Formats: sequence, structure tokens, C-alpha cells
Amino acid sequence: MTLTEISRAIARFLGFDPPTDQAAAQVILALIDALLIFGFLMLGVLVLIYVFRKIVGFIQARLGPRYTGPRGILQTLADALKLLRKEDIIPRAADRIAFNLAPLMVFLPAYLVYIVIPFGDPETGLVVRDLNVGVLYLLSISSVTVIGIVTAGWASANKWSLLGGMRSGAQLISYEVPMTLVFAVPVLLAGSLRLSDIVRAQGEFFWQWNAFRLDFFPFTLLAFITFLICALAETNQTPFDLPEAESELVAGFHVEYSGFKFAIFFLAEFGNTIAISAIATHLFLGGWKAPFPFLPDSGFWSLGWFFFKVSLLVLLIIWIRGTLLRVRIDQVMELGWKVLLPIGLICVTGVGLLVSIRPSPTEQAKQKVAVVSECPVSLQKDDGPFRWCRTHGRT
Amino acid sequence: MNDQELEQKIKENWGDGIVSLRPSLNGLEVRVTPNIFKEFARWLAADQEMEFNYLRCLSTVDWVQEQEIEVVYHLFSLRHRHHLVLKVRVPRKEPQLPTVSDIWATANWHEREAYDLMGVFFVGHPDLRRLFLPPGFEGHPLRKDYIHDIERFDDEFAEKIRRGEIQ
Amino acid sequence: MMDREKLVGSVGVGEQTIRTETMEVSMGPQHPSTHGVLRVVLKVDGEWIVEADPDLGYLHRSFEKLGELRTYPQGIFLTDRWDYVSAMNNNWVYCLAVEKLLGLQVPEKAEWIRVLISEMQRIASHLVFMGTYGLDVGALTPFFYCFREREKILDLFEEICGARLTYNFYRIGGVSRDVPRGWLDKVEALCDYLIPRLDELDDLLTNNKVFLARTVGIGVIPPEMAISYGLSGPMIRGSGIPYDLRKVAPYSVYDQIEFDVVTHDGGDCWSRTWVRSQEMRQSIRIVRQCIEKLRQMPEPTFDDPYGPSTHVMAKVPPKPKPKPNDVYVAIESPRGELGVYMVSDGSEKPYRMKIRGPAFVNLSVLPAIAPGHKVADLVAIVGNVDIVMGEVDR
Repeated sequence: MTLTEISRAIARFLGFDPPTDQAAAQVILALIDALLIFGFLMLGVLVLIYVFRKIVGFIQARLGPRYTGPRGILQTLADALKLLRKEDIIPRAADRIAFNLAPLMVFLPAYLVYIVIPFGDPETGLVVRDLNVGVLYLLSISSVTVIGIVTAGWASANKWSLLGGMRSGAQLISYEVPMTLVFAVPVLLAGSLRLSDIVRAQGEFFWQWNAFRLDFFPFTLLAFITFLICALAETNQTPFDLPEAESELVAGFHVEYSGFKFAIFFLAEFGNTIAISAIATHLFLGGWKAPFPFLPDSGFWSLGWFFFKVSLLVLLIIWIRGTLLRVRIDQVMELGWKVLLPIGLICVTGVGLLVSIRPSPTEQAKQKVAVVSECPVSLQKDDGPFRWCRTHGRT
Repeated sequence: MNDQELEQKIKENWGDGIVSLRPSLNGLEVRVTPNIFKEFARWLAADQEMEFNYLRCLSTVDWVQEQEIEVVYHLFSLRHRHHLVLKVRVPRKEPQLPTVSDIWATANWHEREAYDLMGVFFVGHPDLRRLFLPPGFEGHPLRKDYIHDIERFDDEFAEKIRRGEIQ
Repeated sequence: MMDREKLVGSVGVGEQTIRTETMEVSMGPQHPSTHGVLRVVLKVDGEWIVEADPDLGYLHRSFEKLGELRTYPQGIFLTDRWDYVSAMNNNWVYCLAVEKLLGLQVPEKAEWIRVLISEMQRIASHLVFMGTYGLDVGALTPFFYCFREREKILDLFEEICGARLTYNFYRIGGVSRDVPRGWLDKVEALCDYLIPRLDELDDLLTNNKVFLARTVGIGVIPPEMAISYGLSGPMIRGSGIPYDLRKVAPYSVYDQIEFDVVTHDGGDCWSRTWVRSQEMRQSIRIVRQCIEKLRQMPEPTFDDPYGPSTHVMAKVPPKPKPKPNDVYVAIESPRGELGVYMVSDGSEKPYRMKIRGPAFVNLSVLPAIAPGHKVADLVAIVGNVDIVMGEVDR
């Protein structure tokens, strides 16, 4: 039974008559999807924090969590429960509305990006909405985060959190620019803004994936590295963890938050880490594809490959976090504007030129680029919100 | 220069203000009057052959029987590698001494500490505030006759904080 | 740094300017990177520091007054609490001052043990510095590595005196016990273990690209300023001045030991970090010489594992009463010149005891070098002074 059938059954059970039952089924399906993503996010973050603690513990010659549950796997859960039970303190001088709203504004983008990210082959129905403007959607949603962080910094009425919020605003906006530029590289290569198209445009062998492909060397590799650096900055990971620099700003923008709201910030941070790794996987590492065509990657195998690649990227981020130290705010800005932005420009120009010059392998792409440039955000006929139900039905 | 040469040189240049010159465990010990103290210190730091450019320590001793406070400067020359102990006594009732923080910047905090704990006023000091004890504290605890009445102290302090006199 | 004077107060292009204000921020006393309870009142213009005013006294325990109220042997235990990261050196300087007043001659074996222990303490203290400084600039991992190595040194200390932080090991006239049998071999093994660990630490922290970017050219102290402010230890040697009391005014048996005074001309935070990392290697050199020397001296027998105390203790009356005199004694502690000015009046208690803390004097340079830097740099500068508040506030 597919999710579509389940939702129809629920609609019928709730007593919706034939003229309205389609719409009701849609609403119920959307709710189920939302719950599923939320569950995935929670589970992913719980696992990630445990793995993070264990690996950083290994790097730092200590053991990490050990006592709660077998090998300490329940430690994160215990911490989460502890945070939920804590008193929720709102400073007297704080702007109450903004103060309460800020965690939500940080958390929502981290949650919403998962709508367009395929967790495997979309043919198998492992995506919520495979939008044809997926990349644009990702960019616009993820740039909302900065508003939440600045709001949190300002609303706390604390000088340290204000400094943290300002730092964060400057950093996130700066790194959005090169990130957007390198987003364009896989889009140019695939000729589509849909994430699944971008994945399908990459070859079957791993040296044909965007990050490693030789026909656009070195632009694509440069773009991948730039993307990774920007990803570190966008998720406030070391060496760009200045907004919450423990030793400088105490804890940055969330210094006044406690209990549940603090947990939400924490959740959003780790959720973003997973999301950005997933995006990098799709854009540059061949998404759900196996590194060799003779390895199975159809059906639920694709889910496995996708998570394997995401885990590798997350491990890389954790490794960097355990090794490097924090750079200074002006050095962050310098790197963003003076190094990454030119590199991003070079990548886009190089790939764009090569795409337009080369005849055979990019003939198709060229036409698609033309189409995209004419109407980049228009929804095609067969691509309404109902399409997903149909693709879903195939499972 | 060794101690004898130092003694010779000081005797040659300074007659009246020198109270005593004697060898001590830390090399030559010079005791001067407060009147010539600042000039003498400046000469010690500036003179080519003396060049005491490093102030190692500034201490104060409360000689309660003599009713005097002694300020002790331990000097060192990084170039000539010789030591000197400079002592000057000021009356306990009105302990005033010109600052040397313009000659040796080390003295800045040392003098603030001496003011805080011993109550010596250093005239001309750029920023003579209490260093360790909170503003509004009364008395100078390192003096031998200081008595700390803990209950009275706590009550008065709480009262001052309540009135907003202490931040 | 940059000339920010003109920018403070207004920003903008041409005639259209926006008025800006400086903000007063209180950094500490509960701030993770002030190494205890230092409070720095900052005036910041955005991220730039206009003025930094350290506010001390949160850990003031009035050791100078307490010292006047205790007999000379009783005063030793107070010294452990001044600079609790290198308590052995505090013990030493206090005992040295009393010995000078009494005119005591310390047995030779005790002198060598003192030097050996003090140098090990220097390594332990510098390891704490490297670890916490890494934390200050955002590197978590070196902290754990440094503390792992330090633990091994503390284990050895525990073996000779039973304590890990407040040792109370040095006594007036010597040390409390001889080192146990087989202990020197362990120290030698530790030296062999430490050398590659220090290289690893250099790779991870001192020569790290990001670390270089954070510390080179930050908090520059010119040599003249370093002398004028009376800096000592790695702070003055990082400005290129070879002022090391072990060479300049040798005490104990340092005149018989071969080692180099490490200096660096940079004068910035990185130079001072580098000086400390090299000093650890010099300390290992000294430790090895001490071991060699101690091996030639009478060892404790099997029946008496701590040995006859006459080897390591001079004859001291139970209540020493030095003649009226005064003395200033200073040793080279890991942080610099740790001095004690002691005045005796012929009684069994010191008449006055003044402590010259190296971190206290080194910190006094902060208001002079902090303006013009960023808040993040201030953390790097304060961390680099290597303050221990127990000794700054006393």
C-alpha cells in the first residue's frame, strides 16, 4: 500500500464525500509527509549528535558518551529530555515576541529544505516534491535562516548575543554569494533546476560525477571545494563558528536561550549540517547513484547510496571540526569576498564557456539552458503539486 | 658596575638627599629623602652608566613604631646587569610620594596596589584607583593597625550597594 | 593595527555621516576565556576595541596579610595557592627567601631535585598554556592532548609528594623527601615520550595555518615597551630580550646547567607561543642533566624508600627566627619573574611579605596593547599573557 492509498483511506474513513475526498486526501498526505520529514530530521540529528560526540571523542583521545544505554547511544536522547524539562527563561529586557519567534525562524528553513531533497531515486517515490525549481527553492529557503539568527541576537537584549547576531548576519550573507555562484555550475551542466535532473545528468561512473568529472576539470572540482567551504560557513561549523564562538562571545546569538528554545537552535544547526551535505551530494557527488554501474542503485538501494555519501560528507565536517581552530571575523570576510567569490565567478564562467563551445556531449544541455533562461520559474503543465502522488503511486 | 663603583658614583653626584648607603642582600641599598626621590629616580633611569631601566618590584612596608611607611624599589639594569635597592620613607600620617609610573610603566599597577592595600598616595599617578578591593572600601588592610570588623563591613557595604554608591 | 581613531564617532562617505557610538561591554568575570575571574571592561566600536580596562580582585585572598600572621614554615602551604598551575615554583621562591634570611646552605642533592621538579613543573604549566590558548582561539583538540601529557607529569609528582595540585613539597632548607627509587627512570621515560608529543603539538597548533593567521602580528609589544612595563618570562623573551633569571641572576645550581634562552624577535602572540613551545624542549634538556647528576648521588635504600632526610634537608630549627633584615628573591617561574620581598623583624613570623607575581605585571601591559584590535584578538592577547588569577589577585 502506498502513502497515497493510505491517505485516501483515511479521507474515506473521516467521511469525506467524493467531490471533496481528493482534496482531503491531499491535505492528509501533506500532513503525513510533514510528519515523516520531521521524524527523519529528529532521528537524523539524534544519530548525528551521537556519532559526532563519539568521533570527536576519538579525535581528542577521550571516550565520549558511555553510560546512558548500551555504549551511550541514549545519551543524546537523555540530553534532549533534560533540555525540554529545563526552565524557559526570557530576559526581562528582551523583546518577547521576537525572542519567541526567532527559534522558529531558524528552525523552519532547516526543516523545509528537506521537501525538495530526494532521499533516493524519485522514481521510487523517495522525495516529497521534486520541484522543477528545486535549486532556487533551496537557495531562497536557506537564506531565511539569517533573519532568524539576527532576530535572536537582537531580541535577547544582550551585548554578546547582539555581536554574535551581527557577525552571523555578515558571515551568512557573504557566503551566500559564492555559494549561489557554484550552485549554478551543476545547473549549467544539467540544464535544469530540478535536483533529480541534476543527478541524472551525472554519469554512471564516479569519475563522471560533477565533482570529479574530467571534461570540465578543474572548474567543477574547484566549485565542489568552494561549495564545501561555503557549507561550513553556512552551517556555522569550525573554522567558521564565530557566531557562537564559545571563547569570544560566550555562546553568541543564543546565549540567552535556555531549555526548549535552545534545543531548537541546536536541532536546526545539526539539521542544517545534514541538509547541506545532502545538497552537496546531489549537486556534485552523483546523488543516489552507485560509484560503478554494476553495483545496484535502483529502488531502495538508492536510499542506501545516498545516505552513505551524506555520511561521508558529515564525517568530513566533523573531522574538520576536531582539527581546525577558529578564524577571525575579518579573515572570514576576506576569504569570502576576496577568494571564494572570484573562484566562484571563474567556475561559472569556465563551465558556461565550455558548455556553450563543446558540441557533442552538451548539445542537449545547451538547448535546455536556453529553455531555462527563458522561463526559469514557470511550472510545466504536468508538474503541479499533484504529480508527486502519481509518482508515489508507483512504489 | 659593581656595588663599590655604584656607591662611588652616587656619592659623587648626590650629596644631601642620600640618607644612607649600605650593602644589602640584594646589592647596594640606597635610602633617599622624599624630596629628591623623583629626581634621583629619573637620574637612575636616564644616566648612561646607571641605566636602571627595569623595575623588578615595588613594595611597601608599614613601620608602625617609627610611624613611617617605607617604599622599596628593586631596580635592575638590563644592559649593565647591576642591581640596586632604592628605599624611601614617608610619614605614616600623610604618606605622599611622587609617582614613578612615567619612568617605569611597571609602577602603574604596583602603585595602584600600594595605594589600595597600604594607602600611599602617589602624586601625579595617571589613574590612582583601588586595584583589588572594590571602590568604596574603607581603610588599607595591609597596615599593621587595620582591624577588619567583618559584620560592620558587610552591613555597611550592603547599604552602600543598596544606595547605588557602588556599582 | 589600523588607524581607527578617525573612524570612531562617525562613518559614511563625504558629508553624509551617520553618528555611531561606542558600546561598553563587560568581558568577565564569568567568561569562558578569561582564565578564571578576570573582568575586562571594554569599550568597543562594533568589533573594534577602543579601550580595555582590566578589573581585578575577584580572587583576592590577601596572601600578603596572611603571610604576616603565620610562622615561616607555616607560610609554605599558602604559596601553593598563588599560582596554582605551577605550585612548586611558588614553594621554591618562598623557601629561598627564608633561606636567604637565615643564611642557610641547602644540601646539593636537594638543589638538584628542586631544579628537576621545577623544570617538570614548567613543562606542565606550559602544556596548560598551550591547551587553554588553543581553546581561546577555537581549537578544542590540543587541549585534550596537552592535558593528557600533563597528567603524566602530575602522576610523577603524586609519587613524590602525594598531591597533584598543591604540593607543599619544598621545605625551608631542602625538600620534604628524597625521590623514591626508580623514579628517575620514569622521568627519563617521560622525557623520551614527550619529545614526539611536542612535535605533534607544534603540527597541530603552533604551526597551523589558521593559528598563524590568528596570532601573527597580533598584540605586538616592542622591546622598549616590554622593558618599561617590566614584563618577564616568555612575554619579554617573545620581544627578543634574553631576560631569563636562570641566566641573568643564576640561583640554585642553574649556573652548572647547560641550556639556551629562547627568544623570538616578533613580539606578537605567535612569538610568545613559540617561545613557550621551545622552552619545553629546553626544560627537557635540563631535566636530563638533572637526572644524570642525581644518579651519581646516594640513593635511598630498599629498607628506607624515601631515603635519609639529611641528604635533602639542612638543619633548620623548628621555629626559625631570622635576624632583622629584608631580602628580595626572584626565580624564573613559567610565567616569568616570581619574586618575594620578605622583611623579618627577628620574630618567628615575617614582618612583611610582598609577592611580585609575574602574571600580574605581565597583565598590566594589556590596556596598552589591546586598543586597535578586535574582540576576538583580545581573547588571543589575554590568553597569551598566560595569566593565573590566583597569582594576579593574590
